[in-house]
Parts: sequence; structure tokens; C-alpha cells
Amino acid sequence: MHLRYLSVPLLILGLAALLAVPFFPQLVYSIFIMKMLCFVLFACAFNLLLGHTGILSFGHAAFFGTGAYITGQLVKAYGVPTELGILAGGLVAAALGAIVGALAIRRSGIYLAMITLALSQLVFFFFLQAPFTGAEDGLQRIPRGTFLGVIDLANDTALYYVVVGIVGAGLWLVWRTVNSPFGHVLRAIREHEPRAISLGYPVARYKVLVFTLSAGLSGIAGSLKAIIFQLAALYDAHWHTSGDVILMTLLGGMNTVFGPAVGAALVSTLNHYLDPFGAWVTVITGLVFMACILTFRQGVVGQLGQLYRTRKSSAPAATPQPRPHSHPQ
Amino acid sequence: MDIFGIPIPALMGQLMLGIVNGSFYAVLSLGLAIIFGVLKIVNFAHGAFFMLGAFTAFLLAQYMGANYWMTLAIAPLAVALFGMAFEFLFLRRLYGLDPIYGLLLTFSLVLVLEGGFRVAFGSSGQPFATPELLRGTIDLGFMILPLYRGFVIVSALLLCLATWFIIERTSLGASLRAATERSELTQAFGINVPRLVTLTYGVGVGLAAFAGVLAAPIFHVNPSMGSSLVIIIFAVVVIGGLGSIMGAIVAGLGLGVVEGFTRVFYSEFSSTIVFLVMVLVLLLRPAGLFGREEG
Repeated sequence: MHLRYLSVPLLILGLAALLAVPFFPQLVYSIFIMKMLCFVLFACAFNLLLGHTGILSFGHAAFFGTGAYITGQLVKAYGVPTELGILAGGLVAAALGAIVGALAIRRSGIYLAMITLALSQLVFFFFLQAPFTGAEDGLQRIPRGTFLGVIDLANDTALYYVVVGIVGAGLWLVWRTVNSPFGHVLRAIREHEPRAISLGYPVARYKVLVFTLSAGLSGIAGSLKAIIFQLAALYDAHWHTSGDVILMTLLGGMNTVFGPAVGAALVSTLNHYLDPFGAWVTVITGLVFMACILTFRQGVVGQLGQLYRTRKSSAPAATPQPRPHSHPQ
Repeated sequence: MDIFGIPIPALMGQLMLGIVNGSFYAVLSLGLAIIFGVLKIVNFAHGAFFMLGAFTAFLLAQYMGANYWMTLAIAPLAVALFGMAFEFLFLRRLYGLDPIYGLLLTFSLVLVLEGGFRVAFGSSGQPFATPELLRGTIDLGFMILPLYRGFVIVSALLLCLATWFIIERTSLGASLRAATERSELTQAFGINVPRLVTLTYGVGVGLAAFAGVLAAPIFHVNPSMGSSLVIIIFAVVVIGGLGSIMGAIVAGLGLGVVEGFTRVFYSEFSSTIVFLVMVLVLLLRPAGLFGREEG
């Protein structure tokens, strides 16, 4: 209850800070915040699967990259309006997610992770070899165009508010999904799949559906990134990006709705400020990842939430609960 | 003489390349299968250990003047020791949790190792000389086989068979299999299961490093040589069935050959054919060609 009193002002404060960003160009670089927002949406969408359904997809970069390339190509080569391009990127990524999901859920747990990884590699090679993608160079000089025909996106400030709006809508959709009857069924599947099946839920259909939704939102995140940087690059579809989004989610806390957002912000900031150190970024990311898995598996937000709860209810401190086996032997 | 318009020597050349790649796949997926069998962890770092093997050999040759045969013996042992230390210090803490954490921890090790080697040696490849003794070629009548490639195929096959023999036909292998099935019960019989687990990880990782040393003269030694391979290995293992040792060997070799033929007939597909086969296998036999559906 108290948590709610605390979180509303925090949310408002955060939102105000976010909206104020373009007015302080000397303090923060708005393009960097936009990139961070893309990853925030990406990580929250990804967590629909990992945190809320208990499915580890190791190939989410495929959807992110698909969104980026589809939007880039449509806007650049066919002159499609930007908003439709972004929508199309999301839809194609969602369709791809339905296919990948339908294949991957034939196995579970660790196999599923390996299958999604292999399928995403398939997508990666497609973008490497397809005639329109510019291979190693990526799809460059994507025009930003206008939003709904009136807002000129070449202006960074205008683009910024459009990005904030779209990401906000995406996050609202994630929040709404998690707190819907559909979301409850997803959690039932995570906690005890055989029981969910025995209760008559078409578990496979639920899994494919959440896969599709997660992939679609990831695609929109990728589309936005392509518009912001005017570039769709191979790295967007590379498995390193799949790893990054897992790290963001774990670091932020996968049993929370917006923990991954915090994780995405942390990792983006880390990448941004460590960029001058070149290959050291990978090493440091790896070490952070390791520490995160070994010591605090609940993530930053999960850990804070638990700290708060234990302090409030001076009951015996709850031991950190790792996620239960999704598939008991 | 042509087959489908492709001259036989070209076809045989690609087939041979396919078998060489298949040998690497076989050794790597074998190690992965053994580790998974006992630890129930998918060792994402398998490719990184492959790379580590190649780099250890390169460094031994470069700075210690070790000859090829010495590196082939020392590098896998050194990497195995490193792997055992990693298992003992870190991986061990995750047993009993969701196996996904094991996958993620080994993934983070990949980032650290690859990044570290990139910092130290850059992204470009380091050349590694083929040993003097194996530099020639041998004429098989229908094709000319570089001696070193023949050596890779033969030693990889021997290694696979030896590993299979140890696991299926010796008492050490028997306790290993027992630990795979019921680790508490095995422990109750007085077998030191934790030590067995560490040993298994060492052996699996050592196999990967051995493959890395074998690969060093063929590929350039570079930090990312393992990570592109490990994804293919995952697909191979899904196709073969993760629990099965024979499955890993057969699927590894078979997919190498399939890949080689694809390169001849439709080269655009050669990098993706393994994944396409995986999709097909998943649709028809979700448990893999040699796997059993777990209950």
C-alpha cells in the first residue's frame, strides 16, 4: 500500500525529468536518451516472456533487427510515411515472432533457448545476405520523414517527444497485459505448466500469443532505433544484442514489470560512457552480468522491493527466492 | 566426369571440407553433451574454450617455442584446469537453480574471455603454422587430400570413439552415467559426485580446447572464432538430441557433410542450412534424431 504512495510521485518525477530532457542539451544528449528508451521498450517486451511466462528466448535481437530493417527499407526505398513504417516493422516482427514461437515452444527450458538462438542466427544470415540490407554496412541514410504528415522528425526535439509517446504507449501495453486475465494465465504457466494445462488452458496458444506480442513490441523498439539513428545495422540482429537484452532484464529484475526498464537504462548508460574504452566494454558487461547472476538474481528493482517489504513487515526476512524450476523433473 | 554438372574433384574437395568441419562439430557437441548430461547446464562458453585452446597453443608456440605436438598435449590440459577452476568457484553455486542461470553464467564468461582477448590481441586473426610433418598432400586417386586435414579427421574421430568408449565401457564411465541418472543415490554409494562433476566439466572443456588446437592451423586464431561456431553446435545438439553421445557425434559429422554439399550446389544457403535442418527436425522429431522425450 505504502509502496503505491511512494511510486506515484516517483513516476511523476521520472516523467517530468524525461519530458524536460530536450531543454537541457548541455546536460544530456537527447539522442542518447532516445536510444535508451528504445532499449527500455525492448527489455520490457522481452520480459513478458522471461519474467512473466518463464520462457527464455535467446534470439530476441532477430525481432529488434527485423523491425529496424523493415522500417528502414520501407521508409527509404518506398517512401512509406514514417508512422506506417514503424507500424509495419512491428507487424512483420510480430509475424516472425509467431513463427519462431510456434517452432520454439515445441521444446521447453534450455532447449527452447538454444532453438531461439539458432533461429535468430538464421534471421541474422538473411539480413547479411539479402540484397537490400547493405550487408556489413547496414541500411544507411534512412530518412526520418514526418510523423502523421505534420511533425517534422528531422528536428531532434520533435522526434524526442514522438519517441517518448510511442515508447510510453508500448510500456502501457506491457503493463496492461501483465495485469490482465491473460497475464494471470501466463504466470500460471510459469509457475506450474502441467496444472495450467489440466485446468484447460490452451497453453501452447497462450505461449505463441505472448511470443507474438513480445516480438512485435521488440520490433517497434528496433524500428524506432532505425528512425533515430537513420541506420539499421547488422549488430541490431546479432546475438550480442540478444545477450544485452537478457542482461538488462536480469539486472533490473525480471519478476517486476518495469525492472527491465531500469536495467536497460543502466546498461545503456554503461555502454555509452564506456564506449571510449573499446573492447573493455564487453569485458565489463560480462563481469557485471556474472556478478548479477551469482549474487543478486532478483535484480535492482526486485531487491529494492524486497528490502522495502522486509522492513515494512518486520516478519522474518524472506530468503531471496530464485525463480522456481519452470519444468520440474 | 561430372555429377549434376559439378566436376568430381570440386565435389570431393567440398565433401572433405565438410568432413573436417563435421569433425569439429562432432568433438564440440560431444563435449557439450557430456557436460549437459552430468551438470544439466548448457555450456555457452564451449566456443570460448575452443578459442582459448587455439590461443593457448598460439601463445605456447609464439613465446615458449613449443612445437605443435607439445601444444596439442599442453593446451587442452591447461584449458581443462581453467574450466575446472571456473566450475569449482562459480558454476557450482548455481546447481539446483533453474538451469537457465548456468547458461547465462557461461554466456557472461564468453563476454569476458572474448572481450579480454580482443583487448589483448585485436580482432584480426593470428596465423598458426601447420606442423612440418603434416605439410604435404596425399593422392587418394579420386582426390588430393592435404595431409593435415586428414590428420584432423582421423584424430577427431579417434577422440570421439575414445570418449564414447570411456563413458560406455569403463567403470569410471559407469559411475558417470550413474551420477547422470541419480546423483544422490550415486553419492550414497560412496562415489564423490562433486569431484566427478568438476572432472566432467574439465573433460568436456578439454575436448573443446583440443578441437581448438586442431583448428588453429586451418582457421586464423582470433577472439571470435568460437562464438560463431557455438551457435551451430547448439543446432547440431538440438538435431542430434542433447542427451545422446552417439547422436552428438553422428549429427556433427553428418551436418558437416550436408553443409559441404550445400556449398557446392547452393552456396548462399551454406551458412544457414544447419538451422533449416534443425527446424525440419523440430517439426518432425522434437526430441532430436537420437534423443528420448523426457517424461
